Amino acid sequence: MMALAFHLQVVNLLAALLLLISFAMLSQRRVVGLVTLFAWQGAALAVSTAIVAGTTGQYHLYYSAALTFGLKVIAMPWYFYRLVRKLDVNRVVEPLINIPTTMLIGILLVIFAFNLALPISEMSGTVTRSTLGIAIACVLLAFLMMITRTKAIPQVIGFLSMENGLFFAATSATYGMPLVVELGVALDVLVGVFVLGIFIFQIRETFDSLDLKHMEKLKEK
Amino acid sequence: MELFWLLGIPLAGGVFLALWGCRRNAPEINALFSFLTLAVASLLTARIVESGPMVVGDGWFFIDSFNVFLVALTALVAFTTALFSRPYMRIEQEHGRLNAARLRLYHASYQIFIGAMLLALTTNNMGILWVAMEAATLATVLLVSLYRTPASLEAAWKYFILCGVGIALALFGTILLYFAAEKVLGPGGTALLWTHLNGVKAQLEPTVLSLAFVFLLVGYGTKVGLAPLHSWLPDAHAEGPTPVSAVLSGLLLNVALYAVMRSKVLVDGALGTDMAGSLMMGFGLLSVVLAAFLIKRQTDVKRMFAYSSIEHMGLITFAFGMGGAVANFAGLLHMTMHSLTKSAIFFAVGHATQKAGTQLMDDIRGLIRTNPTLGWGLMLGTIAILGVPPFGVFASEFLIITTAMHEHPWATPFLLLALGVAFAAIFGKVQPMVFGETGLPRLPHQPAQTPVFLHLGLVLMLGLFIPPYLAAWYRQAAHLLGG
Repeated sequence: MMALAFHLQVVNLLAALLLLISFAMLSQRRVVGLVTLFAWQGAALAVSTAIVAGTTGQYHLYYSAALTFGLKVIAMPWYFYRLVRKLDVNRVVEPLINIPTTMLIGILLVIFAFNLALPISEMSGTVTRSTLGIAIACVLLAFLMMITRTKAIPQVIGFLSMENGLFFAATSATYGMPLVVELGVALDVLVGVFVLGIFIFQIRETFDSLDLKHMEKLKEK
Repeated sequence: MELFWLLGIPLAGGVFLALWGCRRNAPEINALFSFLTLAVASLLTARIVESGPMVVGDGWFFIDSFNVFLVALTALVAFTTALFSRPYMRIEQEHGRLNAARLRLYHASYQIFIGAMLLALTTNNMGILWVAMEAATLATVLLVSLYRTPASLEAAWKYFILCGVGIALALFGTILLYFAAEKVLGPGGTALLWTHLNGVKAQLEPTVLSLAFVFLLVGYGTKVGLAPLHSWLPDAHAEGPTPVSAVLSGLLLNVALYAVMRSKVLVDGALGTDMAGSLMMGFGLLSVVLAAFLIKRQTDVKRMFAYSSIEHMGLITFAFGMGGAVANFAGLLHMTMHSLTKSAIFFAVGHATQKAGTQLMDDIRGLIRTNPTLGWGLMLGTIAILGVPPFGVFASEFLIITTAMHEHPWATPFLLLALGVAFAAIFGKVQPMVFGETGLPRLPHQPAQTPVFLHLGLVLMLGLFIPPYLAAWYRQAAHLLGG
């Protein structure tokens, strides 16, 4: 029992870390910094999933933790670093809304997320249910980041970080989705990043820039 | 067994065409694979009609009359679109808009896309359904940007990001569904199987399910193109190659709506109220009205018909939202009619834009003078989609509107107004394109006419006479949706 309580505290700590990293991502101006934060977020997610797997005996979560680690801590950050170096896009970029305002909106989102999660986590029987609010908050913060960024790579990192939040929600509310589904989701994410890689080169070739401000021609007149 | 082939053929086709590359007969091979898929789909359909719903492969796949009807429709339109894309892509290549490498990408992705949709339709697992929907999106992202023009890249990026966010919301909805299911069915792979969920739907936690449905509806609804989440749709349809517009409009939107409907059946069972139906009616009605007024303002022909797709998907969503035997029947019928008619229109529009060298409606004139069959194809298709009798769209729209008058009279004026506005706008714009004066040359190749007239013939036939076995089949499917 002692061990369980201790493990739970570690999971809660990691959950708090996830939330902190989400805020750090919101305030990060450089693309490389964003990629590093994304890797750390993946690491926190993988470790907390592994701990939940160990304490609750849900061994399929080990696979999911390994998958997260392999994809989101090693493969994708490596790929993004390479992409950023190759395309030379690591400059300071100002988001659409200035950062203090974004942070304030972020805090409101967190409050909203905790309210949304309250009724669900009360019904949940998992030991980790208290972290569901944090998971939803991570999803919403990632969403906010996608809205406020105008560059291609930050938008996609926002998308992937949203997916991290969803995985965390699945782990805290139900000890993860069935393994087949998790594998499928991971495959889709992998293909998605691959498609994105091709795509970014196409955009670069055509516009000479990865700034999505060039891509606002298609509007309703 | 049929199921194995049904999913295996497109997948094998995708791999084969990726390896086969751009040799001269790649388009024919693409059509051949699609034909084989259609043949298998017909066998499967015959079997389901004869012996009723079945669960295959340890419960992983489930086929009943609702999804087998969509499987048949998907396979049919996929085949005719492959036929259409043969001359179409050849002309595009001669115009220098495409090179061999991109054609290889096109053919391989096309087959993968069809395979992903068929997987989404036949799987019994709500999680795999999500995975297949996302796979279908990813397969088409690079097709939308196939021409690599700035506008097409922008459209594809929008498609990628918006549908990605939408589908992430649907994933959250699926997680909530699993959360509710796991309490009743126990953890593990079986808790997301639709047949199991359907068996215990009355015991699922109502608050969680209603929240799950909101996420699923918004998530998959983005893919259906429901307003206000529709903004990717006209761009992707207008900037991608026309065969891709035809399958996106005719098939992908249906499959996304299928996902919503599967969720709705579960939620209705758990809640015992019509919360899900009311939400769908709201989104549907908003889409119909908004799209009708936006149609008026379009100058690009493919964009205009893309908005018309939003309008019709809204109408179908509205019909399913009303629920009940008649409305569900009408919704299913309208799904069929819209798929067939809209893809036929896109086939005709595709050749018309190739001929004029532009998608601007002001510059497309007098089709009937130089390519009479093409002109008539576009005109008849337009008349059909606008719901003029005796085409089948009339029958389904009539059923939807009369049901709305009975059950929800407040909605009728909005529907009639929107349909009227759309009619005036589309007809007014297509008429000079078909009959006006022209100095445009004929097309260098014979355009693909069989697919256009095959589809329109089917729509006409279904408008005049629905064969009894088909009507019984629709009724059965409508019943499954809670009629």
